[in-house]
Amino acid sequence: MASHEKLKSNAPSGPIEDRWQKHQFDMKLVNPANKRKHTVIVVGTGLAGASAAASLAELGYHVKSFCISDSPRRAHSIAAQGGINAAKNYQNDGDSVYRLFYDTVKGGDFRSRESNVYRLAQISPAIIDHCVALGVPFAREYGGMLDNRSFGGAQVSRTFYARGQTGQQLLLGAYSAMMRQVDKKSVEMFPRREMLDLVTVDGKARGITVRNLITGEIESHAADAVLLCTGGYGNVYFLSTNAMNSNATAAWRCHKKGAFFANPCFTQIHPTCIPRSGSYQSKLTLMSESLRNDGRVWVPKNKGDRRPPNEIPESERDYYLERIYPSFGNLVPRDVASRQAKFRVDEQRGVGPTGEAVYLDFSDAIKRLGEDQVSEKYGNLFQMYEKITGENPYKVPMRIYPAVHYTMGGLWVDYNLQSTIPGLHVLGEANFSDHGANRLGASALMQGLADGYFIIPYTLGNYLGSNKIEKITEDHEAFKASREEAKKRLDQFFSIQGKKTVDDFHKELGAIMWHYVGMSRNAEGLKKAIEEIGKLRKEFWEDLKIPGEANYKNSEIEKAGRVADFLELGELMARDALERQESCGGHFREEYQTPENEALRKDEEFSHVAAWEFSGKDHDLKWSRFEEPLDFEYVKLTQRSYK
Amino acid sequence: MNLNLKIWRQKNSQDKGQFMEFHAKDISEDMSFLEMMDVVNEQLIKDGKEPVEFDHDCREGICGACSMVINGNPHGPDKATTTCQLHMRRFKDGDSIVIEPFRAKAFPVIRDLVVDRSAFDRIIEAGGFISASTGNAQDANCLPIAKDHADRAFSAATCIGCGACVAACKNASASLFVSAKIAHLGLLPQGQAERERRALRMVAAMDESGFGGCTNTGACSAACPKEIGQENIAMMNRDFMRSSAKNRD
Repeated sequence: MASHEKLKSNAPSGPIEDRWQKHQFDMKLVNPANKRKHTVIVVGTGLAGASAAASLAELGYHVKSFCISDSPRRAHSIAAQGGINAAKNYQNDGDSVYRLFYDTVKGGDFRSRESNVYRLAQISPAIIDHCVALGVPFAREYGGMLDNRSFGGAQVSRTFYARGQTGQQLLLGAYSAMMRQVDKKSVEMFPRREMLDLVTVDGKARGITVRNLITGEIESHAADAVLLCTGGYGNVYFLSTNAMNSNATAAWRCHKKGAFFANPCFTQIHPTCIPRSGSYQSKLTLMSESLRNDGRVWVPKNKGDRRPPNEIPESERDYYLERIYPSFGNLVPRDVASRQAKFRVDEQRGVGPTGEAVYLDFSDAIKRLGEDQVSEKYGNLFQMYEKITGENPYKVPMRIYPAVHYTMGGLWVDYNLQSTIPGLHVLGEANFSDHGANRLGASALMQGLADGYFIIPYTLGNYLGSNKIEKITEDHEAFKASREEAKKRLDQFFSIQGKKTVDDFHKELGAIMWHYVGMSRNAEGLKKAIEEIGKLRKEFWEDLKIPGEANYKNSEIEKAGRVADFLELGELMARDALERQESCGGHFREEYQTPENEALRKDEEFSHVAAWEFSGKDHDLKWSRFEEPLDFEYVKLTQRSYK
Repeated sequence: MNLNLKIWRQKNSQDKGQFMEFHAKDISEDMSFLEMMDVVNEQLIKDGKEPVEFDHDCREGICGACSMVINGNPHGPDKATTTCQLHMRRFKDGDSIVIEPFRAKAFPVIRDLVVDRSAFDRIIEAGGFISASTGNAQDANCLPIAKDHADRAFSAATCIGCGACVAACKNASASLFVSAKIAHLGLLPQGQAERERRALRMVAAMDESGFGGCTNTGACSAACPKEIGQENIAMMNRDFMRSSAKNRD
């Protein structure tokens, strides 16, 4: 096993329930009078970034906050629909910190660190308390108490929600807390800035290089520590449920500066998305998976049956989830439902104009409950579906297909959320920490806010309190070199003067990724992907066409930098998937499955985090793979079964 | 379908700007309005021209980034719909479509259809929050909140901060945006301690940013993609009047 001295988890030992408390006591503190002398850069203003900026500023640190949007309120956390988990046990239904911990490790198919996940579950109740204090209008019962629902197949009701807009309400809460600190001059806000490089001095993260997206200016910002809260990399697939501007550039630039990238092949596919309608499609829209509570999934029994759904008689329909999984039926976990849909499409039994969809049929539910009750439960989703497809799901079955939704992999961090570069901390979806190989529904919001509100305020203090940090300014050589490098790269894009647009390349990359590094993978396909991505990358640097200039708002140059990085990250994802010769969670290798087509883990060989170090230079891509072993003292490793 | 587009082009905030005509060919009715714009832009780039800049991000109607005035309506002709959720089946072959940025003194044009809405952030900064620092909170259920209060607060809180209300208003007033936040927080028990200060400071910040006054025509609510109602403005005015009277120096 290839271990690396930098991959020390720094997780405390002892009884799991005492670890975080013990660690909090053991960590160094920064004197209140000294906090304002420390500048901290926070990149990204989603749940993790906004909550971190707010709580660090409340402590007295000087925070500089950056986002690519015109306002910090637009980060893609805003689009999360379902809810946020917390081990409150308000429903008296047997939930506990231990159960949330156990469910999360098991749901992640035993590929996450026990200490981290336990801490996440332990912190979860305080998140709800704090959000309520900030005025987040969670759903309530008539008695005024908070309402909960069961989500994503959980056996307890621990999900707090605000209609179908939980992410929006939580993000606006964190945003408002941060704006309060802007008013107090504790947070300096820099919108419409894109991070292009991490600046390191003596091996420590000391600042960033950003491009002002309005003026095109390249700016430097120095600090004592940098927090990366820049989200996931789902847009490597071109089509995903991510926002158009979500990207991996900040994380990738840090990776190329020495931050290890962990488990890049762990991506999550969401089964209930609206299928694409044509090649112009720019993104995919997710519909809450609660739809599977009442909708029945089916395809025609016969290959290539192009009849409209209402003309296909009952006897010629295959309700395949109910057939294969009689006890869970349509409610099997996300990865299982997604893969089965792909199998049907591969068998040429897909439906709709592209043949890349399956039906989700509500006619039985409407018969049983009546249209009114169905509308009460799912009205807003039906309306959204009709707006996008022009079809009325009360009359015609919905068409759904899986789409990339979340990435569990990310920059490697230790228990303190610090990457392999001292002073660079990574929070939220951008890190790899808590979800293992598969994330449970309603756990992304929980992790982003736990990292920002309740973990980083302690662990960052420990870093600042235990390291001697020399004073430097933006005049330092390292900043100058980084600015030059960033300008050179921008000039390079303009100098190519080729024929294909950024989107042309992004779409081609997306097709390769979806086909070979998507829902199911095999060695042959992954090798092919690596080869094809390499070819496409070469073509990109020879035939890219960028209009206009760099010194004003120019979306094409913004996209070019992001796609250039996706073209490298995509290859690493394929390499990681190739090396992980097992199936687990969202990573399904066709060679490793049970006779019933379920994921077959190989715990003896792969019960570890794969962390990749970039060992090449610029366009010469080379990586070394290292392993952080995972020990399970509390959770018993079992094979999942939904039969 | 084929369409004639008249799109506002403007290099920067100092430039005068002008309408320019474009042709959108082979547009599918299943495209979203922004996908139609993508197709036009890809063609412009291939023809060696500069694409039209516009703000957009989530493309599912929640981030509030997309703007555009389409045939005179902020976010286009459909009720309760953002530009990204507007689909081309709403138009027919041969239609002419006029596309402009959100126009208001407080929203200067940055380039083409992109405007600067940072005034909204400055208004929130002035008081659109509850001052509760991390770590202070009591158990969430210690504070029961009647369901209809929580629901009304939620409805006000669904504002996406897009600015369509300002673009629709003949006075370019931000009253609907400001009042949505004042109502969201003012309807909750947690928001009471700062209620007066909030109304005074947010209204002052709105005035300082150059937004106009409200004359109750209701164009804002009609254009609002989240259907934020006029009752919020009434609540803002009430809070502002009461606070002004009580806090007279």
